[in-house]
Amino acid sequence: MSESVPDEGFDEWLDAIADGEGYFLECEHGHGSLPPRRVCPQCGSREIAETPLPDSGAVSTFTIITVATPQFEDDAPYVTAIADFGPVSITGQVRGVDHDEVETGLVVGIDTDRTVTNRDRLVVFEPR
Amino acid sequence: MSNPRVAGVGLTHFGKHPERTGRDMFAEAGLDALDDAGVDPDDVEALFYGNFMGELAEHQGHQGPLMAEAVGLQAPATRYESACASSGVAVRDAVRTVRNGEADVVLVGGAERMTNVGTAAATDALAIAADDLYEIRAGMTFPGAYALMARAYFEEYGGTREQLAEVAVKNHEHALPNEHAQIRQEITVEDALDAPIIADPLGLYDSCPITDGASAAVVTSAEYAADHGLDAGVAVTGTGQGGDNLALHDREAYSRSPATEDAAEEAYADAGIGPADVDFLEVHDCFTIAEVLALEGLGIYENGAAIDAAANGETTRHGETPVNLSGGLKAKGHPVGATGVAQLVSVTKLLEGRHDRAADVADAETAVAHNAGGTVASATVHVLEVAE
Repeated sequence: MSESVPDEGFDEWLDAIADGEGYFLECEHGHGSLPPRRVCPQCGSREIAETPLPDSGAVSTFTIITVATPQFEDDAPYVTAIADFGPVSITGQVRGVDHDEVETGLVVGIDTDRTVTNRDRLVVFEPR
Repeated sequence: MSNPRVAGVGLTHFGKHPERTGRDMFAEAGLDALDDAGVDPDDVEALFYGNFMGELAEHQGHQGPLMAEAVGLQAPATRYESACASSGVAVRDAVRTVRNGEADVVLVGGAERMTNVGTAAATDALAIAADDLYEIRAGMTFPGAYALMARAYFEEYGGTREQLAEVAVKNHEHALPNEHAQIRQEITVEDALDAPIIADPLGLYDSCPITDGASAAVVTSAEYAADHGLDAGVAVTGTGQGGDNLALHDREAYSRSPATEDAAEEAYADAGIGPADVDFLEVHDCFTIAEVLALEGLGIYENGAAIDAAANGETTRHGETPVNLSGGLKAKGHPVGATGVAQLVSVTKLLEGRHDRAADVADAETAVAHNAGGTVASATVHVLEVAE
């Protein structure tokens, strides 16, 4: 569904991630969030601006998913993780490392790739 | 203002009924609740109805009026959707509507048809309670989300798969005599540990089943119950609701559920009780880790302390604070839109002494029902007490 009509804000964000120019939204109080957003979800500030993502983040929690939704049927098993990039945390898939070597604290960079099942774009993390 | 009464309750069998329509299941539960209450359908002033995935499972939106019709009500009807907390939120509005004098009789309930679409489609439908852009498109599933929370909990407080398995063992044992339950089969810790992994560290037996079913309750004012000679000895004395960011990664912590904490604080204050006054609970155990997080969010245990509760026997039916005597979502089943009211049904029957496990809480006077939506971006807490 997202192939024909872009999701404004989100697709531009994915493009930027793919170009190595990832960003997050930072409010005047230093809270981080992801687009599209008009208000800081933590403090309600409307003063939010694009700020470059740190070069690397750290896996704060992860799971190896073996029972997937149909959109990820051929991807399973895969590792879904939340990685901490300073003021903002992001959910994505960890690639480029054996599943049993993923651990909390693993330092990762962020990129985009395609799912195996439908070739949809998604956020991926790879060890740095 | 007096506290609303639960005048009657109804429940279908929870299980795999792929051929049964939502409207038929809700008609059964709703009519049973009305008959149980002894309330004339013409006296029902509103239907508050919970449902989550009706568009996907039955191609059916606008279910409120449909369900009113199915039960034979001539009353305005509204569907509530808050993922797995859909009918918990409906209960809250029923309680508040009766309390503030807008109605004397409200039918509250919920239904979900899930098994007709198969496991993959049901997993997909459940996943839409998460953030589409940032979670679902990264492959998040609901077991996956709770697995992220389980690992974060283990990292912060410690914990093992064995301890989680004890939660499943307990809830399966509790469900054994429950004729409404989907799974009436005793399991061992070894069974749970040997089961296939769904999302590491959670296995098949850490997860609730996919379930069809419906639930209903008649909530009345105390005055209406007295005037009509109803046998309505259980009052809803506290109601609370909490919310949180939708995406798990936007939360401050993945090992706590602040929405439950907020809902509990509000409900306890409303009822004028504290967690130490609670005799037993029905909590939202869609996954074994969810029961642990719920008991800590509800203040029954300190953060990091509930992981041992089942293993130590404290939350079993013979323990100090029994939890999920109906079998919980884990064994009773989890037709998502019906779950919040199903908990109300169980708690009411336990306090009235007419539940299969009532003998285990024979002197109980105060109980809590906790219903959560998504990764607890929504939570409701209700305090029920034996009315004086």
